[in-house]
Amino acid sequence: MPDALYLSAAIALPFLGALVSALLPANARRWEAWLAGGVALAALLMVWLCYPAVTGGGAARVEIPWVPQLGLNLVLRMDGFAAVFAVMVAGIGFLVVLYARYYMSSDDPIPRFFAFLLAFMGSMMGLVLSGNLIQLVFFWELTSLFSFLLIGYWQHSAAARDGARMALTVTATGGLALFAGMLLLGHIVGSYDLDVVLESGNLIREHALYLPALVLILLGALTKSAQFPFHFWLPQAMAAPTPVSAYLHSATLVKAGIFLMARLWPVMAGTDEWFWILGSAGMITLILGAYVAIFQHDVKGLLAYSTISHLGLITLLLSLNSPLAMVAAIFHTMNHATFKASLFMAAGIIDHETGTRDIRRLSGLNKTMPFTARLALVAAAAMAGVPLLNGFISKEMFFTEALTASTAPTLLHSIMPVAATIAGIFAVTYSLRFIHGAFFGPDTGDMPKVPHEPPQFMRVPVEVLVFGCMVVGILPAATIGPFLDVAVRSILGGETPEYSLAVWHGVNLPLVMSVLALIGGVVLYRLLQRHFSTGVEGTPLLRGLDGRRIFDQAMVFLSWRFARTLERLLGTARLQMQLRLMVVVCFGAAALALLPQGLALGGVQLTRVDPVVGLIWAAGGLSAIGAAYQAKYHRLAALILLGGAGLATCLTFVWFSAPDLAVTQLLVEVVTTVLLLLGLRWMPKRIELPGSDRLLARLRRYRDFGIAVAAGAGLTAISYATMTRASPDGISRHFLERAYVEGGGTNVVNVILVDFRGFDTLGEITVLGIVALTVFALLRRFRPAPESIGMPDQQQAGEARDWLAVPAVTMRLLFPVICLVAFYLLLRGHDLPGGGFAGGLMLSIGILLQYMAGGTRWVEDHLRVHPLRWMAAGLLLAAGTGTAALFFGRPFLTSYFAYADLGILGKLPMASAMLFDIGVFALVFGATVLMLIAIAHQSVRSQRAAPPPPPSTALPGDD
Amino acid sequence: MELILALAIGVLGGSGVWLLMRPRTFQLIIGLSLLSYAVNLFIFSMGRFPVGKPPILEPGMRGDPAVFADPLPQSLVLTAIVIGFATTALFLVVMLAARGLTGGDHVDGQAGRDR
Repeated sequence: MPDALYLSAAIALPFLGALVSALLPANARRWEAWLAGGVALAALLMVWLCYPAVTGGGAARVEIPWVPQLGLNLVLRMDGFAAVFAVMVAGIGFLVVLYARYYMSSDDPIPRFFAFLLAFMGSMMGLVLSGNLIQLVFFWELTSLFSFLLIGYWQHSAAARDGARMALTVTATGGLALFAGMLLLGHIVGSYDLDVVLESGNLIREHALYLPALVLILLGALTKSAQFPFHFWLPQAMAAPTPVSAYLHSATLVKAGIFLMARLWPVMAGTDEWFWILGSAGMITLILGAYVAIFQHDVKGLLAYSTISHLGLITLLLSLNSPLAMVAAIFHTMNHATFKASLFMAAGIIDHETGTRDIRRLSGLNKTMPFTARLALVAAAAMAGVPLLNGFISKEMFFTEALTASTAPTLLHSIMPVAATIAGIFAVTYSLRFIHGAFFGPDTGDMPKVPHEPPQFMRVPVEVLVFGCMVVGILPAATIGPFLDVAVRSILGGETPEYSLAVWHGVNLPLVMSVLALIGGVVLYRLLQRHFSTGVEGTPLLRGLDGRRIFDQAMVFLSWRFARTLERLLGTARLQMQLRLMVVVCFGAAALALLPQGLALGGVQLTRVDPVVGLIWAAGGLSAIGAAYQAKYHRLAALILLGGAGLATCLTFVWFSAPDLAVTQLLVEVVTTVLLLLGLRWMPKRIELPGSDRLLARLRRYRDFGIAVAAGAGLTAISYATMTRASPDGISRHFLERAYVEGGGTNVVNVILVDFRGFDTLGEITVLGIVALTVFALLRRFRPAPESIGMPDQQQAGEARDWLAVPAVTMRLLFPVICLVAFYLLLRGHDLPGGGFAGGLMLSIGILLQYMAGGTRWVEDHLRVHPLRWMAAGLLLAAGTGTAALFFGRPFLTSYFAYADLGILGKLPMASAMLFDIGVFALVFGATVLMLIAIAHQSVRSQRAAPPPPPSTALPGDD
Repeated sequence: MELILALAIGVLGGSGVWLLMRPRTFQLIIGLSLLSYAVNLFIFSMGRFPVGKPPILEPGMRGDPAVFADPLPQSLVLTAIVIGFATTALFLVVMLAARGLTGGDHVDGQAGRDR
């Protein structure tokens, strides 16, 4: 299947080339150009090799399944029409690369330029060769993206940045509309496959969603092809390097809209809606663009508006719902690409060799650069529609179509010949302005550089294109005829009309219109000489209508004023409000989910009430409420009460057969309390002042109280409803049955943690380590508030030391015992309650007690803990144990176990999970100690250079 | 018995939610701790409340869910307790840093930014 290879390569090669190009060194100009040119030629060759498959009117098609269930497949499809575009993309791409080789200055970052250019070429290839609507939209957006990067290539220039941003905003917004439209189209047809879509014309046109789909798709096409009222981005995009303009704004990017409209023409055209939208947009663009082009002083600006006008012409042709107009549209698309690309290149040569693009300063270049002048003259004549050049033939076809259309009854139809003639006059005028203004007239010497001919090879692309204009203009049927025929047939199929590609059709009305346009254009140019010589900026009659200004104002409104207003109305920076909303939304979501069914109780036999548990929770609940009540003014009391609630939880775990949880909860409780106690010292004093309660604050509290009660009641209801139902037979059975047989431990919870779900635990201890390091890092930059730097009153009086004298002795004596218990907890973990978490926490409590008893300095003089090393060792051990399994050909973290007989000490389980647990132990210990020591150290550090303590200030409380 | 525990979860959770909406950082820490107790108990209750069911197997036996306590919620809660400790520590340090930087202990960094 060579076609598959050719088509894939035509798209893939440019992208690969872009990748390579981006990696080449910045000074490899020559290599870049060779690479890019080679890639373009190769892509052209691929299209050429594939071409025989489409000459018969069929299409080369490759389908690579991706998500076939959703109709999403990578489909590459080339028919005659796509081939024409592919040839333009690759062929003009090659010429542009050759041109850019000489145009780009050595100061420009060349790899970036060619990388973007090639990537754009690939996107464009992907666009024209797509056989799937979604895929087409994807490449469409890619072209928008890369055109943005290419237009903004000279990042240092504000005009380039603004132009690029505007182009992206307009075309990408259009792209989104197109995406929506394509989704609608796919929905109507039931498939995103282009072949299927192209066979469903009647279905589409008669569907209720036809109009929305049409409007959305045309929004995409009209923005891309710079049609009124979206035309304003194209002149701004002229800030791009000229090779980019020659490539994007003549042959490829702006033609993508045309491509799409022509592609969908067989299935979407033929309705009044199609005619009115495209007809009015096209006609306004045709005349407006041509009119504005006359008054541009910038050569590239003139060409940009002329491009807009020509695109309007093609859009107008497409709107006419006539097969002959379709032929003219395709033909003019090809012709316009040739003469406009060469004109852009000529403009670039002028800019490159004279240093300016302003027609008012340019003059008499015919003498200094005669070859370029001749080439530009021919190309401009093609643009104006002078006979024996390609522009003449397609323009002639346009005039014929305008005359044919004018027989229809509507106003838009009937004014078409007049509009076409006027646009023709304008085209002649601006072409004359370009040629006469730049190349003729006296040699003023007003230019920044002394003009001379460009390097020979810089002119070659222009020569090739101009040669094309002439050959097609003189011998149309013999040169372009067969290709045009294949392209037209692939769109129109059996409806292909008889058409004639001759230069001479006898004296008829279109010829009269052409002659009228030529004469009228020359006369108009003569008449406007006086206006041009004043050199004023702007377009007469249309000064107020500045699309760019309207766009800017809209952008400011949308991205600034509107956004700010929305933020002011709907947003809040206040955490309280956000949390409140979150709680309320959670409550609402739960209520909404429960409303349909209600919250009935299940039918499980409830367990007998035990008064002890009732008492525990009477105390625990009161502690919780007390903690909530006291947390503002009496932090220590709140902390103690929090511990009370924690103890109640802990006892609950003991009561209901969860010894591991109880141990861990108890230890964590101790460590957390110490941690918070260490933090308390840095908080501002807060003393309850009478009368600080404002009414509003009280009301807010009542509201919050209501929310809290509702949340608590909701939790109770849900918990109770859950508990009265039987628990489902989940995966617990699996763990219980295999804990000993496969994990080698009788403590199922521990086996789950270190064996079955070892990977989760590894992640968890990693998180713990990261948190500890974050705490450590945050505290290195800790700046306490000035009023809390001084030593607390209790320490200054020395009373604290006396109080602790007796407990300190006990604490020191207990240290070895605590260590022993910690290791015992660790070792027995696999079979009995305990394990790495509990052991690690226990050992850190042992260290903590020493700090409390002896003070930071005393402990660190006697014992160095190195928590960071413990953490590193623990993590390495845990991960290493897991990795070791890989060496035995087992999956990561597979455990192995055996029992070691230690004589009178009993049997020691020697599972490899044990090593893992030791890793957990070391990390938990290291992390906990690191956090506690880091906080404890702050007192020592900040007192070293403490200023005399300021008078302590009490802050009044406010809610 | 179930009702007592459901009430306990409700009281812990309600107190936690109340503190969550208070303006001082310390209140927030206490509130999050209370809320984590409530959530831990709730997860634990997924194993229901077996009285007298052993949590530890005998060597060499295959466990039966009808006889033994459900180990799955327990291991989940154990993980949650440790992670809860870590986040409390992190939050405490953030609170201290904010206190040092802003000079106050309001959750928004400064008091009186009410709009």
